Amino acid sequence: MTERPISDLSLVWHQIRYQNRIFWRTPVAAFFTIVFPLMFLVIFTTVFGNDRISEIGVTFGQYYASAMAVFGAVSATYTNLAVQTAIARDDGILKRVRGTPLPPWIYIAGRVGSAVYIAAIAVVVMLAFGSVAYGVRIFGESLPSLIVTFVIGVACFAALGLLVAALAPSSDATPVLANATLLPLAFISGIFFISGPNEPAALRAIAGLFPLRPFGLAFHDGFDPLEVAARGGWLGQFHWPELAVMMLWMVGAAVLATRVFTWEPRVGEREGGRRRRSLAAR
Amino acid sequence: MAAIVVRRLVKHYGDVAAVRGIDFEVRPGEVFALLGPNGAGKSTTVEILEGHRTRSGGEIEVLGFDPETAGRDFRERIGIVLQTTAIERELTVTEAIDIHGRVYAGRRSTQELVELVGLEEKAGARVKTLSGGQKRRLELALGIVGDPDLLFLDEPTTGFDPSARRQAWSVIANLTSLGKTVLLTTHYMDEAQHLADRVAVISAGRIVAEGTPDTLGGRAEASTRVSFSLPVGTAVGGPLERARADGDRYVLEADDVTRVLHEITGWALHNDVELIDVTVDRPTLEDVYLELTGGGQDD
Repeated sequence: MTERPISDLSLVWHQIRYQNRIFWRTPVAAFFTIVFPLMFLVIFTTVFGNDRISEIGVTFGQYYASAMAVFGAVSATYTNLAVQTAIARDDGILKRVRGTPLPPWIYIAGRVGSAVYIAAIAVVVMLAFGSVAYGVRIFGESLPSLIVTFVIGVACFAALGLLVAALAPSSDATPVLANATLLPLAFISGIFFISGPNEPAALRAIAGLFPLRPFGLAFHDGFDPLEVAARGGWLGQFHWPELAVMMLWMVGAAVLATRVFTWEPRVGEREGGRRRRSLAAR
Repeated sequence: MAAIVVRRLVKHYGDVAAVRGIDFEVRPGEVFALLGPNGAGKSTTVEILEGHRTRSGGEIEVLGFDPETAGRDFRERIGIVLQTTAIERELTVTEAIDIHGRVYAGRRSTQELVELVGLEEKAGARVKTLSGGQKRRLELALGIVGDPDLLFLDEPTTGFDPSARRQAWSVIANLTSLGKTVLLTTHYMDEAQHLADRVAVISAGRIVAEGTPDTLGGRAEASTRVSFSLPVGTAVGGPLERARADGDRYVLEADDVTRVLHEITGWALHNDVELIDVTVDRPTLEDVYLELTGGGQDD
């Protein structure tokens, strides 16, 4: 028996540590979040060559590394957080946590904190690999803007990920729901395809209403030497309208998620459901 | 003060009434079992007391709290072992106990718990590699890591093989010897008999009997049964005429067993008849239970 005061902050810290440990022990999640975007980068630069893109003035590697960094960050927060949270809910893990003194917000903060940490790793790994393999350049003036864009971007997609987990009727449906929303958006948001001047203005406008294109654009511009030069000092690098769009989505998703989020398993506890069925069959 | 007070508890799911007015009290330090078939309302009742569900009507008090509105203070003092295992598969046994223990202001040491539930050899193993029984014992460790005053055990051994069940029972018996209050649900008669100080039989959302395992359903007052078989073709006479046939056996209800045994064995010796497989017993808890719950067709 040890009696000791526990601060909420240290609880958050330990929750993050354990969520990280679980993440790294789940090879599939680690692969899709860290390795998958790297593979895309290699494939795209191999297929298209690492030439200068005439329309936007940067090399393919420079463009794709920033786009894939955003994709990795979004996978870590939106897709992973949604899927892992829904599985934990349907396994009954959330329900058990709810029966302990751990405040719910600390548990959620642990999951979000871990997802953000892994998103940061995905971005750093992508940029490090890009700079070594494809000569991707990083500009000091745009770094503050990139960091703020990252923080608001992952916060926005973490809130959306939790909302998807809350709305999904079962954990099986969660990856479908997450990918069916993310992938089409990625195609029209300049993540997989370069949005040049030939892109229909209407499509661009529609994509701009969703949070992915603003995230990608603000990130991409920070790596575009012409854009960085044109915007002047570090304060000029900030993409205020794009940040505003992401913050609106973040607040909306967070408010809605807190209303619809449940801690009870849906469609029966997964293992328990199987066990009951097999007992009934006996 | 009672650890748990339940008065006229009612729970509806839409039009379906799962709990239809239940009353009971659990005293501190007592092991109280809710015994009943699947779907009788046991888990619903327990989950309301744990604070996992809201009630439709009635009053409850758990350790002086209303679980529906209680917060962190209440959860510091209770431990819950849910019906299905739910532990992060990728953590080791030690890590799982550790992370769950951290959330309590007062906790038992990981080492002590690993020993208490007999998982020393699996301490470093991932949860996903544990057998069903080992997972359940780990759940038990997680339920008591906060050193609770009151422990909820929802069907702690469902799906166990007999030896795993014996092991789990000895772990639970260990806990109760520490003076913890335990509310247990089960649909196994032997489990209630083995672990509980008092039992309430619940059927279709109502408590149909309550008492100690020995007195439940009037078992203490029930008359003793003497039963036996006879060789084929034996002519029944004398005291055996009072016996009723039950299949190929004869049963005598007796309040004075000694006299009845003396009479029938005397008659048998005198007539040179062999009494085969003589048994003397009272109605088992299972008999009482099946009668109370309407034949147990639910299971």
